[in-house]
Amino acid sequence: MIEFRSVGKQFDDGTRAVSDFNLVVPSHATVVLVGSSGSGKTTLLRSINRMVEPTEGQILIDDVDVATQNPVELRRSIGYVMQHAGLLPHRKVIDNVATVLRLCGIPKKRALDRSAEVLGTVGLDSSLYTKYPSQLSGGQRQRVGVARGLANDPNILLMDEPFGAVDPIVRAELQTEMLRLQRELEKTTVFVTHDIEEAFALGDQVVILKKGGEVAQIGTPQEILADPADDFVRSFVGLERGQRTLRIEEKDGQRIVVDEYGRPAGVLQ
Amino acid sequence: MSLINDTVAWLTDSAQWSGGSGIPWRVAQHLGYTTITVLAASVVAVPLGLYVGHTGRWKNTAVLVTGALRALPTLGLITLIVLLTSVGLTPAIIALAVLCIPPLLAGIYSGLEAVDPATVDAARAQGMTETQVITRVELPLALPLIIGGLRSAVLQVIATATVAAFIGVGGLGRYIIDGLAVRDTPRVLGGAIIVVVLALLIDALFAVGQRLAFRHASPADSHPQLKEKTA
Ligand SMILES: Nc1ncnc2c1ncn2[C@@H]1O[C@H](COP(=O)(O)OP(=O)(O)OP(=O)(O)O)[C@@H](O)[C@H]1O
Ligand SMILES: [Mg+2]
Repeated sequence: MIEFRSVGKQFDDGTRAVSDFNLVVPSHATVVLVGSSGSGKTTLLRSINRMVEPTEGQILIDDVDVATQNPVELRRSIGYVMQHAGLLPHRKVIDNVATVLRLCGIPKKRALDRSAEVLGTVGLDSSLYTKYPSQLSGGQRQRVGVARGLANDPNILLMDEPFGAVDPIVRAELQTEMLRLQRELEKTTVFVTHDIEEAFALGDQVVILKKGGEVAQIGTPQEILADPADDFVRSFVGLERGQRTLRIEEKDGQRIVVDEYGRPAGVLQ
Repeated sequence: MSLINDTVAWLTDSAQWSGGSGIPWRVAQHLGYTTITVLAASVVAVPLGLYVGHTGRWKNTAVLVTGALRALPTLGLITLIVLLTSVGLTPAIIALAVLCIPPLLAGIYSGLEAVDPATVDAARAQGMTETQVITRVELPLALPLIIGGLRSAVLQVIATATVAAFIGVGGLGRYIIDGLAVRDTPRVLGGAIIVVVLALLIDALFAVGQRLAFRHASPADSHPQLKEKTA
């Protein structure tokens, strides 16, 4: 369980990114932070593994304040996946995945075996294990990034727009893969995105953020769609101007569902 | 024509190839001074360069100071240090070391600075300590530029160490300074030729080293055939 207690962050240059943020991320759940650019998502995420030090409040992991923990140890125990994968260009794919294991003192052979296993879990072709990151496609690199985050079998996985830089088809593929991983591995996951569709697809809970890390609404996707808290949320999730509203039309005796533009979206059963 | 013949004669004279003032010994001395000088300069340049490159702090000061050091005239500096201390090897080494700090330092900090901040950030987020970030990420990736800095530093010392001969130390500069004193032009020219050949050889060695470092830092880029296969 991860708990944010009145967390605030003002950067050294005076920029206030977040104030009085409260959230509980239950164990084994996926919570998605979603909001437009600059709403403080990354700041909140990086506060968990102390890549950012909050200026106010506390963050607790299983009731232990992270501020009392050694940042290096803490980071090794938490998986972190970022937008451009951030792989080491001078190391092979498999060595990149093994990095954290090696840092934790696991012998080379075992680290490589475990890395191959986790690369298999994320669905990367084994012929790519000995390639260098620049020889992979963006989508393949992201898989490696996810594998690296999972290598040490952490309880917590932090993901910062991990699929933000890949094309929509690959993104959909990776999201499906992500759902499968969540079911299989049940990591406590905090996932950051500015794509509301992705948030609804992946989140058990979705946190919609306004500027300054202010929470507009917290809830399951169903709750948010059924009962948007305010106009901001309504507009953010696309409920304005009839967006997202589906209608039923009769056609040749079949009842089909169409979207706001009258495009067929499916068949009613 | 006779100057060339005389120079060739000087260079091929077997007396020149042995003993305490022979070419092999002078070359060894010259390389010895160069090594000591570069090591002495590294004591200052390496920690400073790593600090500036890793933290990004004091960058402007480093640029200003290295620029100022570069502008110092070699001969003037050596003379000044000799006047302040004494004639001998130590002041010569100090002067040469001061002059080779700028290229070393610049190579290190600009090398570290050129490493993608996202790569460094990711390494830190995986749980690398600052030392591990430097040794496992920044240094390997910065190595081509660092060797580039070392290359210019070494070549500069090889060239300017000849000047140090005028305060009475050994090395290849002896041929030039002593030859000039007695108007023995073939000796001056012969000495100069040896310095140039030595510099070219060392430069070639560094070129190879730089290639190897580049291959290590960007392994995929140096294997275009591999890249084609995956594309
Ligand atoms: N190191 C920093 N120093 C100063 N200000 C910062 C720093 N990092 C972030 N900020 C500021 O804090 C605010 C929140 O930034 P943050 O990166 O958390 O937003 P975000 O929601 O992740 O945005 P994006 O979707 O663009 O990634 C922004 O106004 C940003 O400019
Ligand atoms: Mg962000």
